Amino acid sequence: MSEVVIQTDKITKTYVTGTNEVHALRDVDLKVTRGELVAIMGTSGSGKSTLMNMLGCLDTPTSGSYTLDGVRVDGLGKNELAAIRSQKLGFVFQGFNLLARTSAVANVELPMLYDRSGRKRDIRALAVSALERVGLGDRLDHEPSELSGGQQQRVAIARALVTEPALVLADEPTGNLDSRTSVEVMALFQQLNAQGTTIVVVTHEPDIAAYATRIVRMRDGRILSDEPVADRHDAARDLEELDRSAA
Amino acid sequence: MNLAILIRLAMQSILKNRTRAMLTMLGIVIGVAAVIVMVAVGYGARSRIREQINNLGTNMIVITPGASTTGGVSQGAQAFATLTLEDAEKIRSQSQTVVAVSPVIVGRSQVIAPGGNWRTAINGVDTDYQVIRDWQTDSGAFFGPEDVRAARSVAVLGRTVAQRIFAGSDPVGQEIQIAALRFKVTGVLAPKGQTASGSDSDDVILVPYTTAATRLTGRPRIPQILASAASAGDIPAAQQEISTLLRESHHISGDDDDDFTVRNQTDLATAAESSTRVMTLLMAAIASISLLVGGIGIMNIMLVSVTERTREIGIRLAIGARGSDVLIQFLVESIVMGILGGVVGLAFGFASAKVLAHFTGWETVISPLVMIVAVGFSGAVGVFFGFYPARKAAALNPIEALRYE
Repeated sequence: MSEVVIQTDKITKTYVTGTNEVHALRDVDLKVTRGELVAIMGTSGSGKSTLMNMLGCLDTPTSGSYTLDGVRVDGLGKNELAAIRSQKLGFVFQGFNLLARTSAVANVELPMLYDRSGRKRDIRALAVSALERVGLGDRLDHEPSELSGGQQQRVAIARALVTEPALVLADEPTGNLDSRTSVEVMALFQQLNAQGTTIVVVTHEPDIAAYATRIVRMRDGRILSDEPVADRHDAARDLEELDRSAA
Repeated sequence: MNLAILIRLAMQSILKNRTRAMLTMLGIVIGVAAVIVMVAVGYGARSRIREQINNLGTNMIVITPGASTTGGVSQGAQAFATLTLEDAEKIRSQSQTVVAVSPVIVGRSQVIAPGGNWRTAINGVDTDYQVIRDWQTDSGAFFGPEDVRAARSVAVLGRTVAQRIFAGSDPVGQEIQIAALRFKVTGVLAPKGQTASGSDSDDVILVPYTTAATRLTGRPRIPQILASAASAGDIPAAQQEISTLLRESHHISGDDDDDFTVRNQTDLATAAESSTRVMTLLMAAIASISLLVGGIGIMNIMLVSVTERTREIGIRLAIGARGSDVLIQFLVESIVMGILGGVVGLAFGFASAKVLAHFTGWETVISPLVMIVAVGFSGAVGVFFGFYPARKAAALNPIEALRYE
């Protein structure tokens, strides 16, 4: 494991639609070290989703280089990217993206089924312990339709964690949740981050970004600002306050 | 992913859309069942024909008056009564490979007995006829060489005739009247059942050919000579020998066509079997069209399934599945669907064949080979028609698939 998790060097992404060229990313330099909780902010069209896909090895840059956890990723083929995703990355999506009519534990087992490293592991036990980590030890056999939005997102987080990835990428993880549940999810992220997990959260909500250790703001495909959060919120404390004001 | 997980996934996915999967598999079920029934019936017909041909006699060779050409005009077979009693005699005395010969003189006449009367075939034959046709007597005995030599009025009754005119009582030793002549019954033949053409083999009376030639029919016209070769291996040689002998006595030389035809039951069997084989193939081909249609049904539903599960595919790709993992997952699903349909179709076809056998009295034969082929083929249908949808799934872009609503 390398101390520098993400290192991009002047990555650009250009889409050609007909005769138009869309520069989704222009010369983005980003460095994330182990143990950070980085929020990437920006309005829609700022390029944050493209950057997210790039960081998640779902897409490859038009130019520039990207090193993830010590591995040069740009220029790799489809199958190699799939292997990187399987070994080094965990995804949390806005719409949870759990398999319907599939139990929580089976959803969490899923990434391990695609592991090609050949390791012998107790897939079930790992999935159960990941679910216990996110506080769903008593919901193992529930299907997504039997879980609340917050619980579904926690299953998704457990799925992202179960392979012990170098990086967890969360794309608008609170986009479909009410404000209290959003704070719960951020509290979970902060807790995991405190335990050493490197997390990058893409969001357009300043409230959510305030829980990060560092905020990267984007506009028109460029990084506008990149600074540590001075007044970092503690989600656990915010939850307590919410409970007090409710009572 | 190992095969067990893939099959479990496929089963889960099929069970999630139970009705749809069942309707899809119905196409394969009907196709496989149809093929099984058609092949079973075809096999049944073949084994029935083989049995009937074996029933005709042992190592039997049939000589009939053949096509004759007069002045360039071909007459149909049996247009001329070209066979004579002398031909039969010549084969008997000169052939090395033929062990039994009998002319067959064919006639029909009314038969009167104390118990009733009946119109039936009166065949004039030699004692060898019993050997050639391998036809035992149930009671009494076949007439002997002495009866033939002396052209005695003796008769052997087929089972049907015996039942018709001697209902209940034993005909042996009794007298019957054939065309105003009195005949003494020496024996009753064992039943032989139906002939290949469906007529009753047992509706016949056998009399010495000498008697038939001199007393029953005016002119000794011989529509058939039957011969028996020493063994099945001798049949071709015997046929050749008979041919040579008859050409000689009929004064046919050089390139002139035979005025007789020599056939054996292998020829008959081959002809009959090849025609039923063609029929079986034809029916199986028609039945496989429904299998094809079933396959198209699988492809259709798999395409729908790929579209429906675009997000699922996106998730799988995002968390590390390769395109090939997704391809195999969908392929296994369509193969499982095909094989399930094949197995159900097999059971269904098996049952249908049994029911058909029960109602028609046909023997239906279902060979293990056909079963393996049917199920294997339906699996292959799953592979063939599942490949395109599975490739479509594997080629999805994960980003777009995840965004798919």
